[in-house]
Amino acid sequence: MHFFKLILRNALRHKLRTSLTVLGLVVAFLSFGLLQTIVGAWYAGAEGAAPNRLITRNAVSLVVTLPLHYREKIRGVEGVKGVAAANWFAGVYQEPKNFFPQFAVDPVPYFSMFPEYRFDADEFRAFLRDRKGAIVGRKLAQTYGFKVGDVVPLRGTIFPGNWEFVVRAIYDPGEAKTDTSQFFFHWEYLNETMRKRAPQRANQVGIFIVDVVDVDRTAAVSEAIDKQFKNSIAETLTETEQAFQIGFVKQTEAIVIAIRIVSFVVIFIILAVMANTMAMTARERMSEYATLKAIGFSPSFVARLIFGESLAIAGVGCAIGIGLTFPVGDWFAKKMGTLFPVFEVSTETVALQLACALAVGGIAAVLPAVRAARVRIIEGLRAIG
Amino acid sequence: MTGPQTFPAPIVEIRNLSKSYRRGGQIVPVLSDITLNIAAGDFVALMGPSGSGKSTLLNLIAGIDKPDGGTLRVAGIDIAHMSEAELADWRAENVGFIFQFYNLMPVLTAFENVELPLLLTQLTASERKRHVETALEMVGLADRMAHYPSELSGGQQQRVAIARAIITDPTILVADEPTGDLDRVSAEDILTLVDRFNGELGKTVIMVTHDPNAARRARTLKHLDKGVLIDAEGVRP
Repeated sequence: MHFFKLILRNALRHKLRTSLTVLGLVVAFLSFGLLQTIVGAWYAGAEGAAPNRLITRNAVSLVVTLPLHYREKIRGVEGVKGVAAANWFAGVYQEPKNFFPQFAVDPVPYFSMFPEYRFDADEFRAFLRDRKGAIVGRKLAQTYGFKVGDVVPLRGTIFPGNWEFVVRAIYDPGEAKTDTSQFFFHWEYLNETMRKRAPQRANQVGIFIVDVVDVDRTAAVSEAIDKQFKNSIAETLTETEQAFQIGFVKQTEAIVIAIRIVSFVVIFIILAVMANTMAMTARERMSEYATLKAIGFSPSFVARLIFGESLAIAGVGCAIGIGLTFPVGDWFAKKMGTLFPVFEVSTETVALQLACALAVGGIAAVLPAVRAARVRIIEGLRAIG
Repeated sequence: MTGPQTFPAPIVEIRNLSKSYRRGGQIVPVLSDITLNIAAGDFVALMGPSGSGKSTLLNLIAGIDKPDGGTLRVAGIDIAHMSEAELADWRAENVGFIFQFYNLMPVLTAFENVELPLLLTQLTASERKRHVETALEMVGLADRMAHYPSELSGGQQQRVAIARAIITDPTILVADEPTGDLDRVSAEDILTLVDRFNGELGKTVIMVTHDPNAARRARTLKHLDKGVLIDAEGVRP
């Protein structure tokens, strides 16, 4: 008990210094937590991918489309359970900053492949009946105040013209990683409209989402699909949904790496600050440590006092930092709108914060503790605090 | 001071003790060929000019420094060849320290400071409490137990330090300029207290001092000059 009392009272001895150090730690661990969460959000799409889903796209590039008739050919490949066409729409809602993902999809096969999108059966039926109908995610609906029955106008960019959709259903997440910031509408509506406005662009599909019967045979099915279209005018590249999503992340991997590095640089900086604080603290108390040793306390007791104080300060800073990561993360996610569809502080992030606190507290105390433990008593007694 | 007395068997036996320090690549001898006996229950004052080696000799006797040569036995135990860990245990049991600047833990109360050495013993919390209260009563600070050092005068802080020094009933009390930081009145009080522990409790006291008034309280006076004991016979001034 006296050991912890000494640690606590020593930690509170220079209140201003300790407060400023704790403040620095809070800011560092909060920043670290947020940056790690951003990295996690970047990979959320890949983490939310299902193993039974494959994506078939044009082998040349994602922006090059595939003919619609591929759908039937893919469906005929052995091991394929279902196929859905999908196109990235990229419309503008009111103004360009209001970004959210919009997809034209084959609704029945598509939503049967995504059981993690949970919606009301009646609303879904209403959506199927309405060719201009749309299904929106809960987060998107909350962000822009969309309700069932609302008309959502979008200005086309890839598909020019003004488009109008009616919200017929709102889906909820089935899993923590489910993206509820998306907007879906009928692929047929897109195709019909393009047939009228730009016939040469009709019957063109961005990607096919393929549901496989056996997840252990995804590689074989992918190969079989691509083999079908080998040496055709539009060769395909089929990969798992996760690989497809990671491919997207890889395009911006440099940013992710930079964020990750910055998050650890922040920890390194606070480690230096903390080490300086502990070095000053131990230097000032050298005569006290010498006194303790003189009256019979072991060098390891003195070292443990310093380690304890350092870990206590780092622990408090980390605890407050972790505590703040959640509300600040929520606030940040709201401010970012639908830019990060899934922005959640993960258990791994909290564990990393705790590990960093342990490392900061421990490493910062190493040199002062070793010095205090090794200092000769007579030298320590001469030291001026 | 009283007249010359004879004491029982020596509690501190020093034979041909030497000590030197290395300063800037040079070896500086501090103590040379010291031979000295201190009897149990004696009150010895070590005097001498600055740099004469008196504090070094005190540190060696207290086991917080190690000699280069010679033998040093305290209560029959050779402490010159003990390891650091053994010395720490030995000091906890056998030595009570009184420092010039009191060396109290500023974050602990008077009670907690005095209790510190007892944390190294097997005593229970209630036993420790009883011991500490007794010690603080003996130094006249029963009503200051909950005070922090910063709330006490220099004299009171030194009393707390004395209570801490005697709390484990050590074999010897070592005092390095115990009155060096005190005014005249407080210094007299402290010396009276040390004198009392020596006279009434039979504690062996070894004190380093520059102050002739303080030295007069001792029963035995030893002078050191340039690392050499110059009145090894213990003749009183």
